[in-house]
Amino acid sequence: MNSSSTPARAQAPDDAALGPAIWLILCLIAALVATIATAASRDALFQFEGYIFIAAFVLGSFGLLAVITRGGFPGQPDKYMDGVIKAGAIATLFWGAAGMLTGVVIAAQLAFPRIFYLPDAGFLNFGRLRPLHTSAVIFAFGGNALIATSFYVVQRTCRARLFGGLLPWIVFWGYQLFIVTAALGYLAGVTRSQEYAEPEWMSTLWLVIVWVAYLLVFLGTIWKRQEPHIYVANWFYLAFIVTIAILVLINNAEVPVSLLDHRSYPLWAGVQSALVQWWYGHNAVGFFLTAGFLAMMYYFIPKRAERPIYSYRLSIVHFWALIFIYIWAGPHHLHYTALPQWAQTLGMTFSVMLWMPSWGGMINGLMTLSGAWDRLRTDPVIRMLVVSLAFYGMSTFEGPVMSIRTVNSLSHYTDWTIGHVHSGALGWVGFVTFGSLYCMVPWLWKKKGLYSNALVEWHFWIATTGILLYITSMWVSGIMEGLMWREYTPQGFLAYSFAETVSARHVENVVRLAGGLMYLSGLLIMIYNLWRTIRAPSTEREAVPAVAPIPAAAE
Amino acid sequence: MTYETVASAVQQGGAVYFALLFAAVLVYAFWPKNREKFEKAARAALDAEE
Repeated sequence: MNSSSTPARAQAPDDAALGPAIWLILCLIAALVATIATAASRDALFQFEGYIFIAAFVLGSFGLLAVITRGGFPGQPDKYMDGVIKAGAIATLFWGAAGMLTGVVIAAQLAFPRIFYLPDAGFLNFGRLRPLHTSAVIFAFGGNALIATSFYVVQRTCRARLFGGLLPWIVFWGYQLFIVTAALGYLAGVTRSQEYAEPEWMSTLWLVIVWVAYLLVFLGTIWKRQEPHIYVANWFYLAFIVTIAILVLINNAEVPVSLLDHRSYPLWAGVQSALVQWWYGHNAVGFFLTAGFLAMMYYFIPKRAERPIYSYRLSIVHFWALIFIYIWAGPHHLHYTALPQWAQTLGMTFSVMLWMPSWGGMINGLMTLSGAWDRLRTDPVIRMLVVSLAFYGMSTFEGPVMSIRTVNSLSHYTDWTIGHVHSGALGWVGFVTFGSLYCMVPWLWKKKGLYSNALVEWHFWIATTGILLYITSMWVSGIMEGLMWREYTPQGFLAYSFAETVSARHVENVVRLAGGLMYLSGLLIMIYNLWRTIRAPSTEREAVPAVAPIPAAAE
Repeated sequence: MTYETVASAVQQGGAVYFALLFAAVLVYAFWPKNREKFEKAARAALDAEE
């Protein structure tokens, strides 16, 4: 029962890990490089980013100094490394609130164009805030959830402590630095203007360093596993980490204007650039928002339901089918463009084929509850996880339909797409994350359970209603918009001006704002609930002495 | 070597590659010897300590 002890052998590879002193030297060198670059640059926006890097490296140096003066980083090879996961859970909640609040603000700007419109404060413009919203919810909220749960799951299913000594902490703080430089950069006007790939080369370069460290931690932990078989959740996490690395490197193939300038020119031009961008963009959906969160599903649903996976074979088959097929689906974002039609058809066909592996995962997750269906009624956390799968099934059915060229001619560039993205993001990614955090937080902080199940019920119903308001209003608005755009007068002129199609969407935009506000309220309830859970008395004290740890057979 | 020859080689090669890969995955998933391993793995999350 003693929770955080892992058997033996976990020690050896960690000996190779860098000590805090070496990390301190590296951090000081980074601070020095950032200072020199900032001082030498004549580009105000480059300097703005430079100040963030300097501040971060100086703070990091103080942090490492504190670790050293306290007598170094505790190795504890017989224990799971949970501190970094706790930090990740808190960061997930923080960035979730920040990103969803930004979403509510820009939804309000769409519904009431004069609200929050201050000509003197350019950073509050919709154009600056919109990438802040998407990056904050996808990469900051989703990314922190993925990193934290992957560290949790890989340790438990490999029965090994995280590899690399301090390295997981470097990954955590490094990733936060990436988020801050990217997010504040958007507000200041630093952007590549490519969707989901807005960060400029300095931030991206830093992300690549952090991501390689993340891959090392994950692979190193798998390398020293006690369990011969690599559990399927780890396959999904690994596919997510490796593919994101490849996507970012290829879509960000670019040359900076100078090493002291924030701007860069991409190597890809014209339709090649569009193809690479949407190959990247759609696989950010496939590997960041799908594969990684399926990994969460494959750990937290069986664990919470106390049922084995319905079919482990299905999990293997749908994993390989999913990753093979997803990588081809990107061109469906470029129907009726300069992209050759055969490439559009290829993207469309693979998108339709994707329906099968997607539903393979959904069915596998849902059927894991067979024999435990009553838990849907009694356990709101299980209900949240199951509803996340329902939304996953719904949006992975809607997606292939929308990728069909003729459907796309109606849906593309309309609010229908926005609704589709949000049924996946709020319903699937959000709910599976909430469910996993509701499971993981009491386990990590050694609590008997959540502070309040009633508050989880409130969160569930408010958020579910919010999602439904959001996606139904966007269906109505999107289809109306699409139909208005293609309406001709008998004389052959377009029936509506663009501004008319915008003002026709006012009511739907207000409903969407209400839905988003409800979803954000649900998250705030969750934050309160988890904060009270963390502050509740711990069960640790009774548990530890009761069971003598058997951990270190090799010690 | 024209664009057409490269394209058709890649297209047909890709189809064969996908079919073979998928067949290999099915064989691995349904290989009788793996049954026990997978049944144990299906319980991995349950058996893991918190």
